Amino acid sequence: MKRVPPTMRLLAALGAASLALSACGGGSDSGSGGDVSEVSIGVMGDFTGENAGIVLPIKNAAQLAIDEYNATNPEVKIKLLPYDSQAKPEQAVSLAKNAIKQDKIVGLIGPAFSGESAQVGPVLEEAQIPSISASATNATLAENNWKYWHRVISDDDVQGAGIGEFITTGVEAKKVFVIDDKSTYGQPLAATVKANAEKGGATTQTDSIDPDGADYSSTVNKAKAFAPDAIFFGGYYAEGGKLIKQLREGGVKATFLSADGSLDPGLAKGAGGENAEGSLIGCPCLIDPEGTAGDASKKFAEAYKAKFSAPTAIYAAEAYDAATVFIKAVQSGATTAEDIQKFIGTADFTGVSKQIKFEANGEVSGGDVYIYKVTGESLPLLGNAKTAKP
Amino acid sequence: MFNDFLTQFWPATVDGLSLGAIYALLALGYTMVYGVLRLINFAHSEIFMIGTFASLAVVNLFGFSGVGGFTLVGVVLVLAVAGGLASGASAVALEFLAYRPLRRKGASRLAALISAIGASLFLQQLFARVLIPWWFDVPKDKGALPLQGHFVERADVFAIGDFVVRNDKLIVFLGAVIMMVALDQFVNRTKLGRGIRATAQDPETSVLMGVNIDRIVTATFAIGGAMAGVAAALYMMRFEETDYFVGFLLGIKAFTAAVLGGIGNLRGALVGGMVLGLIEMYGSVLLGTEWQHVVAFTVLVLVLMFRPTGILGESLQQARV
Repeated sequence: MKRVPPTMRLLAALGAASLALSACGGGSDSGSGGDVSEVSIGVMGDFTGENAGIVLPIKNAAQLAIDEYNATNPEVKIKLLPYDSQAKPEQAVSLAKNAIKQDKIVGLIGPAFSGESAQVGPVLEEAQIPSISASATNATLAENNWKYWHRVISDDDVQGAGIGEFITTGVEAKKVFVIDDKSTYGQPLAATVKANAEKGGATTQTDSIDPDGADYSSTVNKAKAFAPDAIFFGGYYAEGGKLIKQLREGGVKATFLSADGSLDPGLAKGAGGENAEGSLIGCPCLIDPEGTAGDASKKFAEAYKAKFSAPTAIYAAEAYDAATVFIKAVQSGATTAEDIQKFIGTADFTGVSKQIKFEANGEVSGGDVYIYKVTGESLPLLGNAKTAKP
Repeated sequence: MFNDFLTQFWPATVDGLSLGAIYALLALGYTMVYGVLRLINFAHSEIFMIGTFASLAVVNLFGFSGVGGFTLVGVVLVLAVAGGLASGASAVALEFLAYRPLRRKGASRLAALISAIGASLFLQQLFARVLIPWWFDVPKDKGALPLQGHFVERADVFAIGDFVVRNDKLIVFLGAVIMMVALDQFVNRTKLGRGIRATAQDPETSVLMGVNIDRIVTATFAIGGAMAGVAAALYMMRFEETDYFVGFLLGIKAFTAAVLGGIGNLRGALVGGMVLGLIEMYGSVLLGTEWQHVVAFTVLVLVLMFRPTGILGESLQQARV
């Protein structure tokens, strides 16, 4: 078992904190920066729970960025402290409080998920500690007027717009059947895709499935009667797989599209055989283990693979960019939370995943959506949604 | 909207009957146990879940793939035997562990109902946390994810215009009807069946007449469980996927079907299941799939307002309508 009891984790965190403090030589939270030789940055997410598979790459990529920086022997080194929230909001809040009070972090990468972000946001806001999440995509997070909260991933509205546009320009579909799973994630996303597909001149029809049910035949019958060129599904891969299977078995051959909730090999597995082959999955994240998206991406993919003996995975590039923001801040001479926060407001550089520049509400500016194509049980990058062709 | 209904009427009918057939088979378990013990066995959905895993194990064991035509009928028979045995045995064990001790102590029906809910939750978590990781060789934290076993080659058997019947849907429908007829004959013609009917009618008098009530209860659970196992085998052929939560929604629907047809009435379960399946599909076409459950339960309430005992009336002992 990898699970560490909470008390042990607390002890470990305290130990790390005392080390960090002794390295600082005391009095770091009000210092002007001149006498500081090391600052602490936290990374928070589910490292040992059910979703660890998609969160560990975040921690790894952040570690990679910090290690690369520390290897250059800078004046002020950065220490990365992991906080394992197991995606539980209440655990995330108490970890965040400890991180602020005892570990004196000056910035936080994460929290990884939207639920924990919603709870940790006010805590960081009160303590005036800047945070940058690599993976929390819920659109409403940016509506809290938090000054210290940022994310380097575009939200679900941007994602939906990108995919909706791709359906009409890339796939060139004229008739689009939009299905959602009635969830707080899937329903608004499907609505955004539908609106943008209609803006692109497509006619649409909608239906919903029940994620608890197994029989989607009424949805299949409707799709069959509508005879669409493309089908978009807003929901998670477990239902997405079943839906593709029943659509194909029912004789519906339209191109199947979905979004980041379905960006998982489980989609093709659930669909069975060749059913999911060629399906197109959009995501505001860049997963590019082959490094085909550009030089920065290639360099990152190779370094990541060399360090962790695994290809880059979901949210790794974004986490690397989030860590780079903090590194650049420290390089500029900022060693307090307030100075780093000021730097983040002015940051503007080309990261691995995208141009990193923040808007006043903490959202990353612009924001690209990438398309992945189901090939066997893997999901290689097809390209940017603006230019990709299926 | 109404135009959609016309164009999708026949596909919806086929799908409704094939969905209703699974509801009906599952409803039998609820109805029989209720008829004999006046207990709603909420753990019946987990008995079904066990059947799906037994079927999946058999599919994996023999490595079935791309099965179609008459071979598919044979494979489904094998799955039905495996599912029926596993579910039947589990149901008997469940009765022995969760209900019989309460019955012996003369506990209230409410206590048995709580015990049923507890058994349902226990079985779900037992599968998610322990049995699935151990049995199907998946990592411990992935026990809650769905498991697939793809083995069916689907093909249309016949088509009259829009009325297209696919092999798996036909087998589900016919399989369910055959099982129901066989069970109906069994309950009406054999000695054990007479015992079941007698106990349902009046437990005390039937004991005085020499019926061994424990034996009758065991037989009731075994038969109801076996029917759930057959339903599970048909379900696995139709959807080829299961997880620890698979029985939850189906169980609620099957229970609804039992009440709709008249709980305690075997033929009512068949009628209730088919009617519910059709209502759900027609409702989805007319109002959108998101209204499927709303339509189903609205119809249930309407039927119960005018016929409080369900379409065919309550009572197992009067199964001859």
